[in-house]
Amino acid sequence: MYYIDPHIHMVSRVTDDYETLAKMGCVAMSEPAFWAGFDRGTVDGFRDYFRQLTEFEPKRASWYGVRHYTWLCINAKEAENVRLAREVIALVGELLDTPGVLGIGEIGLNKNTRNEAIVFLEHVDLAMKTGEQILIHTPHLEDKYQGTRMILDMLSDDRRIDRGRVLVDHVEEHTIREVLDRGFWAGMTLYPVSKCTPERAVDMVELYGPERLLVNSAGDWGPSKPTAVPDFILAMRLRGHPESLIRRIVYDNPLQFFRQSRRFEFTPPQ
Amino acid sequence: MSSPLSASDVLNREFLEVRARLLQVAAALDRLDRAAGSVDDDPRMRNIQRVLEVLRSGDPKRAEQVQMIFSRPYSPQWREGFEISRKG
Repeated sequence: MYYIDPHIHMVSRVTDDYETLAKMGCVAMSEPAFWAGFDRGTVDGFRDYFRQLTEFEPKRASWYGVRHYTWLCINAKEAENVRLAREVIALVGELLDTPGVLGIGEIGLNKNTRNEAIVFLEHVDLAMKTGEQILIHTPHLEDKYQGTRMILDMLSDDRRIDRGRVLVDHVEEHTIREVLDRGFWAGMTLYPVSKCTPERAVDMVELYGPERLLVNSAGDWGPSKPTAVPDFILAMRLRGHPESLIRRIVYDNPLQFFRQSRRFEFTPPQ
Repeated sequence: MSSPLSASDVLNREFLEVRARLLQVAAALDRLDRAAGSVDDDPRMRNIQRVLEVLRSGDPKRAEQVQMIFSRPYSPQWREGFEISRKG
């Protein structure tokens, strides 16, 4: 089955992973800008990182026939430095017309601080002025519920936002209902420890249905599996769910969401 | 949307994994007992005890309840503390 991974940090993966993902049916992926593993000190650090996302990673993906798209932002972990964040947001504004850039992301909250909220709102403002889609990171573990509610408050306050063009990622059992009820897309990130397992993701599909629901592997610095979406596909099959439902979640839904970006160009495999 | 599997099917599939994970929890609690000192007053232990009570309950939304036990509380008035006004 062909699938699309809508949230995977390939900068943290070796080239062999692209080959493995291609063999397992991945035909496209989108990679939001995130934390480098350390706090970057200057806007030039982000400039170089954005070049990697928009130039080298698409090239690396193409070696295995995979389409690679990206999102740009300064992530929530580095948002405490508001001065630097504003420089990066200005840089993002200059780069939004770069081929393969789908929108602004992954913005959000980390420890749910005031500075993080300020930087989040300034990203949203840029997205509204430029007509971009938004991909949102919700916090980890004990911060997730509080941070997700705060994020939804901020999004709901802004009447300019088309909720159907916003993906709220890393949802879990205690946040998914609110995200879907308010009309946003919801992404389930499949991590073995700190987020959601494939089995729990299948549970949430059974509880809430497939509409506006995505799954992703994230595949970043912590213990993670870039092949988590195929794990989800298998878990769905073992539960007896039809191929049409599985395909909807792992292929049709990502396409439906990404097609709303003016720079999304994709030729489906024949 | 219901699950295509019957309760019997689910138990047959999940039993060994549930057994293994419960054993891990039991062994971790045993380690705490053998370790020097007490953590009875640690808020994390109180949360673990609350979770164990939820697991014993007949509530069909145990996973969601467990998530909430391990979550920081949300206040609708958070903007006031941050001095961030509503937009629009």
